[in-house]
Amino acid sequence: MDMFNAIIQVLDSTIRLSVPLLLACLAGLYSERAGIFDIGLEGKMLVGAFAGASAAAVFHSALIGLGTAVLISVAFALVHGFASITHRGNQIVSGVAINFIAAGSTIILGQAWFQQGGRTPALQPAERFEAIIWPGAEAIKDVPIIGPIYAELISGHSILVYFAFAMVPFTWWVLFRTRFGLRMRAVGENPAAVDTAGISVAWLRYRALICTGILTGVAGAYLSMVQNGGFVKDMTAGKGYIALAALIFAKWKPVNAMFACLLFGFLDAAAIRLQGSPLPIIGKVPVQFMQALPYVLTVILLAGFIGKAIPPRAGGVPYVKER
Amino acid sequence: MAQAAIELIGINKSFGAVRANRDINLEVARGTIHGIVGENGAGKSTLMSILYGFYQADSGEIHVGGKPVSINTSNDAIALGIGMVHQHFMLVDNFTVLENIILGAENDVLLKSSIAKARSELDRLEREYGLEVDPDAVIEELPVGLQQRVEILKALYRGAEILILDEPTGVLTPAEADHLFRILKQLKEQGKTIVLITHKLREIMAITDTVSVMRQGTMVATRVTKETTVGELAELMVGRRVLLRVEKGQSEAGAIKLSVKNLTVKDSRGVTMVDNVSFDVRGGEIVGIAGVAGNGQSELLEAISGIRHAVSGEVMLEGKPIDLTGKADPGELRDRGLAHVPEDRHHVGLVLAFEENENSILGYHDDERYLKGPFLDVDAIMADAKDKIEKYDIRPGNPRLKTANFSGGNQQKIVLAREMEQDPGVLIVGQPTRGVDVGAIEFIHKRLIAMRDQGKAVLVVSVELDEIRSLSDRILVMFAGRVVGERGPDATEGELGLLMAGVEHQEAAE
Repeated sequence: MDMFNAIIQVLDSTIRLSVPLLLACLAGLYSERAGIFDIGLEGKMLVGAFAGASAAAVFHSALIGLGTAVLISVAFALVHGFASITHRGNQIVSGVAINFIAAGSTIILGQAWFQQGGRTPALQPAERFEAIIWPGAEAIKDVPIIGPIYAELISGHSILVYFAFAMVPFTWWVLFRTRFGLRMRAVGENPAAVDTAGISVAWLRYRALICTGILTGVAGAYLSMVQNGGFVKDMTAGKGYIALAALIFAKWKPVNAMFACLLFGFLDAAAIRLQGSPLPIIGKVPVQFMQALPYVLTVILLAGFIGKAIPPRAGGVPYVKER
Repeated sequence: MAQAAIELIGINKSFGAVRANRDINLEVARGTIHGIVGENGAGKSTLMSILYGFYQADSGEIHVGGKPVSINTSNDAIALGIGMVHQHFMLVDNFTVLENIILGAENDVLLKSSIAKARSELDRLEREYGLEVDPDAVIEELPVGLQQRVEILKALYRGAEILILDEPTGVLTPAEADHLFRILKQLKEQGKTIVLITHKLREIMAITDTVSVMRQGTMVATRVTKETTVGELAELMVGRRVLLRVEKGQSEAGAIKLSVKNLTVKDSRGVTMVDNVSFDVRGGEIVGIAGVAGNGQSELLEAISGIRHAVSGEVMLEGKPIDLTGKADPGELRDRGLAHVPEDRHHVGLVLAFEENENSILGYHDDERYLKGPFLDVDAIMADAKDKIEKYDIRPGNPRLKTANFSGGNQQKIVLAREMEQDPGVLIVGQPTRGVDVGAIEFIHKRLIAMRDQGKAVLVVSVELDEIRSLSDRILVMFAGRVVGERGPDATEGELGLLMAGVEHQEAAE
């Protein structure tokens, strides 16, 4: 039973840890499907986290925090669009620039506003998104097997967790069942086909980037307002890049993206769980090794263990009408 | 004459200093097929792009159905019932036919109703025009002929009454082209107006009612097709008389320079593309390989030039074998006197972003002539490039110009100049004049014959039967990966056509 409880706990933290990855990964899916590489997921998450925690602390409202996070993140996404769609700049350079601006500005503004060394004030319960306990969770908690699964895994998460997982089927539906999704996929494959069909390539790509901004904003808010009780500098810690890796691993498909992010989340959770405890056969493993595992896995997976991942064909190429 | 479907009056369009269209007037009658011919760069595509709203004219008027209109975007054109089949298909390769058809013409935020409508509409178009295509097929898995049909269906689905086709047969096999022409005639009978842009005069003669000729941005003449001849049109296009058939003397075949024995090549899916092919090419002769595109010619060329793995067989170059593992060093083969003008000059033959002079030595850049110690000798390279420009009449004659800015014919001349001027013993040429205009074709053919007369062995692969017949001393016909026949230069088109279609081959097999 101990073993079972341990597994439930690891899976529970797998869900919590994979949420920011999943949101960022789906965010990247929107922009990359539309043909815009977005290496700036990391930066947009970071400004989202900072804006969310700051606004929540100042206005004492979790909702205002979330709204601000989304707003600022979308603004950054539009900057990326302005550089790479309107001015046909290099998308990688623009994304890297956004990451730098995010890393620097959050620390400077945080220090200027709150004087806590780049942190934002610790959030009160009302300023955060609290866990939602599902009906009956307490009651059946002690029922063997089903009880813990329901009470721990399904119930007891913040609204943003449910939002993240609901975004998976929703994104699939948008991509494959709506006009916007059809056009978005088309513009990522062959923008000239979209242009000659009488649809604005730029406006379509801007809209996709706005979707990206919304999701990275929510991802940031989750980090600073759910997982943590405030903003800490560089708190995204490379999650934006892992999300990009997961996106490639998932071959730009929403359901695959969920499983890829759960896998990365699981590795993270397992690493935390196994810290300090000896493993069978191998014995005690250094903490640093376990923490490095998700990143090692990223490298291994991307180095070719995933089969052929074909990115959207027009990805990274600014659209210019042919002469 | 019936009422004009389209009327263009005084159209002007410049790109920077280049005047692509000057003072163009054009009238196309409703329910006719109107051809527009001209060399590459004559301004045909620009003119049609203006009509389709892709570009805006600097000045001039467009009338559609008798009324003056302004066409600022493709949407305006579509709304006026103008549809365009682009030379490079505007299709999303990994979408299904249905998805491509509805893209941009969805009737609703959700796709469901659009897909249902498109399905029944496709069914109707299929019945009316014989435009059969599987609505659920993925574009990239369809042959080009069918992809083009999807482009036509796309235009018809949007209610096009006027259909513009830009070089529609460039990518088609002769059989597919014939089928296309039947479809176009049928569309005409249903009252559609068709504008056909091409540089193939034979197509103009075969299908159009009227024809306009463009040269260097101006409209030089409009004729009723029945009252003109290929010769007159060709002359109007280039502004002088052209030889449609190159004159050449008897070949004096010498020793075997290239020998292919029992060569078999499979593609990445394991399908046999070249099946046990054997032939020799002697010095002083041109051997032409005819065949419908996709019957193994490309793979054969690639295997011989050492860039594609061959399953079995051997290829001897001047008596010594070529490495057929697909890992042969192209530099070494060049040193051994094998020059290769690839079929696809954009992807294999040239680096389009390079300057002309860089492309004119590409692959030979480690030759002593172009080196000064470990560095490139820029002066020598420039002198060499200028020399080639003069000799091959490459225009514009600026070796510093980016290669992408040359027309197709001139790009081909850059590749040919590079390969021929190395004085190779064996020259392999894939599609020597694909996308090349009439004037340049004549020039290229003459150079190939000059190579032959110098005693070189020349192997030409082309899908243009006329070209094969006019150049070759011996013609090999490929069908389904096999050489199904060998004929002399006097073989008739019908005879070769039957071989290309595999008719004789199948009979023999039975």
